[in-house]
Amino acid sequence: MEARDEAEKSTKKGKFSKQDRSPLFWGLAFGVVFGFLLHKGGATKYDVIIGQLLLTDFTVVKIMLSAVLTGMIGIYAMKTLGWVEVYPKSGSVGKSVVGGLIFGVGFAVLGYCPGTIAGAIGNGYLDALVGGLAGILIGAGLFAALYPRLSQGILSKGDFGDVTLPRWLKVNDWVVVIPVAVLILVLLYRLERSGL
Amino acid sequence: MMNLLTDARWSPYAVGIGIGVLSWFSFLISRTPIACSTTFAKTSGMIEKLLGGKDVDLKPYYRKIKLAVDWQWMFVVGIVIGAFVSALLSGDFHWQWVPSLWAGSLGGDPLTRVIVALVGGVCLGFGARWADGCTSGHGISGTLQLAVSSWIAAICFFIGGILMAHVIFKVIA
Repeated sequence: MEARDEAEKSTKKGKFSKQDRSPLFWGLAFGVVFGFLLHKGGATKYDVIIGQLLLTDFTVVKIMLSAVLTGMIGIYAMKTLGWVEVYPKSGSVGKSVVGGLIFGVGFAVLGYCPGTIAGAIGNGYLDALVGGLAGILIGAGLFAALYPRLSQGILSKGDFGDVTLPRWLKVNDWVVVIPVAVLILVLLYRLERSGL
Repeated sequence: MMNLLTDARWSPYAVGIGIGVLSWFSFLISRTPIACSTTFAKTSGMIEKLLGGKDVDLKPYYRKIKLAVDWQWMFVVGIVIGAFVSALLSGDFHWQWVPSLWAGSLGGDPLTRVIVALVGGVCLGFGARWADGCTSGHGISGTLQLAVSSWIAAICFFIGGILMAHVIFKVIA
């Protein structure tokens, strides 16, 4: 949050001091590593992503679940130590379910998502650059145009706020972290066992 | 070490663990979760402004997300560079209009593929803003923080995606 605020402040002033520029540097550095990993995992490829959605190639789910497992344990360990905070996004039925389903349809039609399309462009895939990127920009602009109407209506239907599972269940973080970790491990184990 | 860099594919678990560790550092250093899709909305607004759109900054949505280059904008640029470097190192970089899975079922015409990709992109960009996040912001960063909104959104991404992929490849093709 601080990084984001700093970057916003600096652009409002219209000039970047040396210190204000560091979030941009770190963003680029993290992005390079993320893009490198996405490519090494095969996630920049249409065939791998569609293979996942057709349930014939489980690469994407394996990457996501092992990232969530590793990330969750580390982030909650650091949260317990007081080193980091969490930033859960607020959601509602109208927002998360309806938006999620629209996104899913786009995901299957395009065959890339907003992160992997950047990787696909780096990989040389022109359907991503010429078709997909242009489409995402148009879709995002369309949403911005409709936002005033949507935000008063469907986006606020069934609002449940910015809660995490532990806070929603009113339990210690680790009461959720450990079972979720075990669940992910079991799921990955069963995927491997069934040869997927 | 050199082999590792030039290998075209790594184990998905190695990649996933790498992304998980990367997220630790983005929380520690930048105090921000890994995410991508807001950048496309910002860029869309910036282009509209560049093309002479009036009072683009004042649109409520752009007032909310701010039309400026920030951490996440640079992160997305970094993804292009990182994937390009990895593809180049492993001899996997090539220009391609039509993915092979698509060509096998739906034909090799680049124009058809680009038009469908455009339509899919519109839906994806619109849906990502509607759900307030994408496969990285909700699917990885949100779920690893155990955010309720992200678990629901991520599950819906896959429900919608799996259904639509089956419609395309089992019904239409």
